Amino acid sequence: MAVKKKSSKASTRVVRKPAASGKKAAQQSIQSVIHPASLLSITQLSLEEVQSILALADQLEKEPPIRSEQRLFKRRVALLFYESSTRTRTSFELAAKALGADTTLVSDKSSSIEKGESLKDTGLTLRALGAECIILRSPYSGAPYLLAEATGLPVLNAGDGMHEHPSQALLDLRTILNRLGKSGSISSSTLKGVTITICGDIFHSRVARSNALLLPRLGARVILCGPAPLLPETAAQIAPKDASGSVVIERDFDRALAQSQIVMMLRIQAERLAGLALDLEEYKSRYQANAERIVRYAAKSVIMHPGPMIRGLEITSEVADGPQSVIEEQVRNGVAIRMALIARALSEQSTASGISMRKNSR
Amino acid sequence: MKPILIRNGHLIDPATGIDAPRDLLLAEGKVIAVDKTGKIKHTIQYPDAEILDAKGLVVAPGFVDIHVHLREPGQGYKETIASGTAAAAAGGFTSVCAMPNTVPVNDSPETTRWMLAPERDAVIRVFPIAAATRGSMGETLTEYGSLRAAGAVAVTDDGKPILGDRIMRESLIAAARAGMPVIQHAEDTRLTGGCSMNAGPVAFRLGLRGMPVEAESGLVERDIRLLAEINDARAHLHVAHLSTRSALDAVRKARRNGLRVTCEVTPHHFVLNEEAVGDYNTDAKMNPPLRAESDRVAMIEGILDGSVDAIATDHAPHAAHEKEQEFERAPNGITGLESALGLAISILHIRHKMPLSRVIALLSTQPANILSLKGRGTLAIGSPADIVVFDPGKTWTFRAAASKSKSKNTPFDGWALQGKVHTTISEGRIVYREGNQL
Ligand SMILES: [Zn+2]
Repeated sequence: MAVKKKSSKASTRVVRKPAASGKKAAQQSIQSVIHPASLLSITQLSLEEVQSILALADQLEKEPPIRSEQRLFKRRVALLFYESSTRTRTSFELAAKALGADTTLVSDKSSSIEKGESLKDTGLTLRALGAECIILRSPYSGAPYLLAEATGLPVLNAGDGMHEHPSQALLDLRTILNRLGKSGSISSSTLKGVTITICGDIFHSRVARSNALLLPRLGARVILCGPAPLLPETAAQIAPKDASGSVVIERDFDRALAQSQIVMMLRIQAERLAGLALDLEEYKSRYQANAERIVRYAAKSVIMHPGPMIRGLEITSEVADGPQSVIEEQVRNGVAIRMALIARALSEQSTASGISMRKNSR
Repeated sequence: MKPILIRNGHLIDPATGIDAPRDLLLAEGKVIAVDKTGKIKHTIQYPDAEILDAKGLVVAPGFVDIHVHLREPGQGYKETIASGTAAAAAGGFTSVCAMPNTVPVNDSPETTRWMLAPERDAVIRVFPIAAATRGSMGETLTEYGSLRAAGAVAVTDDGKPILGDRIMRESLIAAARAGMPVIQHAEDTRLTGGCSMNAGPVAFRLGLRGMPVEAESGLVERDIRLLAEINDARAHLHVAHLSTRSALDAVRKARRNGLRVTCEVTPHHFVLNEEAVGDYNTDAKMNPPLRAESDRVAMIEGILDGSVDAIATDHAPHAAHEKEQEFERAPNGITGLESALGLAISILHIRHKMPLSRVIALLSTQPANILSLKGRGTLAIGSPADIVVFDPGKTWTFRAAASKSKSKNTPFDGWALQGKVHTTISEGRIVYREGNQL
């Protein structure tokens, strides 16, 4: 072949380890290497790594606080939030503090982000101030890659644009496994025979993407459900090529419910519907998780919601607060998972040997 | 300026149909003689001629890039006419056509003349393309006659497509009268708001809004309809950086119907597809975006079957700090002048067995014809001595850092390419020599 890529930048950016300095690193600075304990996309984790994160979450959750507070005593974790998010920010903050770390919140709301300063410069400033790990929430898809490459620090993606929310997928997985009574090792058949419906505004949802990228790798059949403007046909192609499970689209929510052990409802942002040819009342009649529908089609299913909920829109209070709901459990699992992710990001082991990261099979 | 005798080379001149060993004598900026190897007797008339040994090399008309952004006036931190033309010379180009989206927009004879002034230190010929509408705002036509007189060779609102039917029709009519084509960046921006890559599964997975192919093909079809309605044989529509199968099909159909429609394709659109965006590589962000593999293949097919008239780079330099931003915030465009020949030879000639003479025609003769650049893209006796000498068999590694462009935003950094420029001669002056600072 005439043309050979000497270095496939696109496919190796995530997986490059500090030792293997790519050409870009050589040209620009030693920092343009993605730290291997970063979590930018759920796809970078092997199933073994997913399992070790879940195991670490179990361990940290059980550990007496006096012990876990010593783990990252006085280590510095920066929370860089370009979007407001009470739930995710608080969850990461509590997780870091439970490990004894010092946290700094930098957000555009508190105007601590310099006006007009680039993400790269903000990241470099945080690093110079001693940050050892940055947790980033950004309205821009892919922003964590830029920050990780610019700083060389472990970066945890706390939600980037419409792209991903990997810690949410991990806490959702933990919730699902607990509910299904599955513990122990994770494999490509762990969720074999399990159907999971994700319903709502799939197009704008990073939670949906991370879950649809993770769950089929454990064997799950994922049904994406929603009206066309919120769920394009191309969405079904998100299933990883090597996944043992699958991703399918089903526009009829009742039919999806009837097949599902797990139902994940997504928030509908009414302001987004405005621009689309979507009628709110019609949406509710077709896609709302209400008691009547759940009793009829999914009386035994587990009901999940990543929050924040809009009660009365995508989900009614009866369902959200009902016996099938695990929404509060999801929140609790969030802290444990994020403790594990922060511990992993700052563990000596991961920086020394480099946690092996799955090649992006993109 | 010393006369130059190019000896022992293999001349490929699509304009005159020569594809054979030939020597060339250049003097006073023109091609003086073309003859069989060893036949040119220069010693009496030109005893001081510099001898350029082209043994094993191809000698061809200098390349003509009808779509470059030289960023002057106004954005010298990205590129200057001097640096951009130096990069062009290193890529084997002897003529470049500069797009008008400068600061200010080149919508006046004054700016056009400013670009052509000797103080700009262009090392090769620059042909300005002027704005089709004032400020490229899509409302009022510029003065096509006086722009042409000042040196403009076409009009376009590149980057800000002309959407209104009425203004586009007026533009086609006025340009026909002035003897220039209208170049359209075919993108219905009503369908691409907030989009940063091609629509499809890759965009979905990356959480990026995608530009549908219809945004391109729809506007091409609209422009063709207007051209047909005008019914003026002089009216000429040129489609810039065409990237989709459906738009190419529309061009083919229009030509079968006898309309004067031409099109260009960039190297990146026949080499890369949307997968190159990878993990938000902003050096793979451009407009039109890298498309699906099926569209890339369609570009190759269109080039091979002659539907595509020219290869143009859409050389679009941007400073490092501009590209080192979140993908959706980073500007569109990549540099292209120094990788074009290597990509064309590697992909079209080596992989797809396209004869070198046709590759050269796509890079020189045909683009020169599209914009009626007299004497360019040919080595007929008496024409300007615009020449590229290159080694079609040489493999090399393209290094962005070694580029003569001020900007290094290319997705091809580190690629092994075949086909390397040896010497570039602009109007009889050597403006680039491999490995040598001039
Ligand atoms: Zn353009």
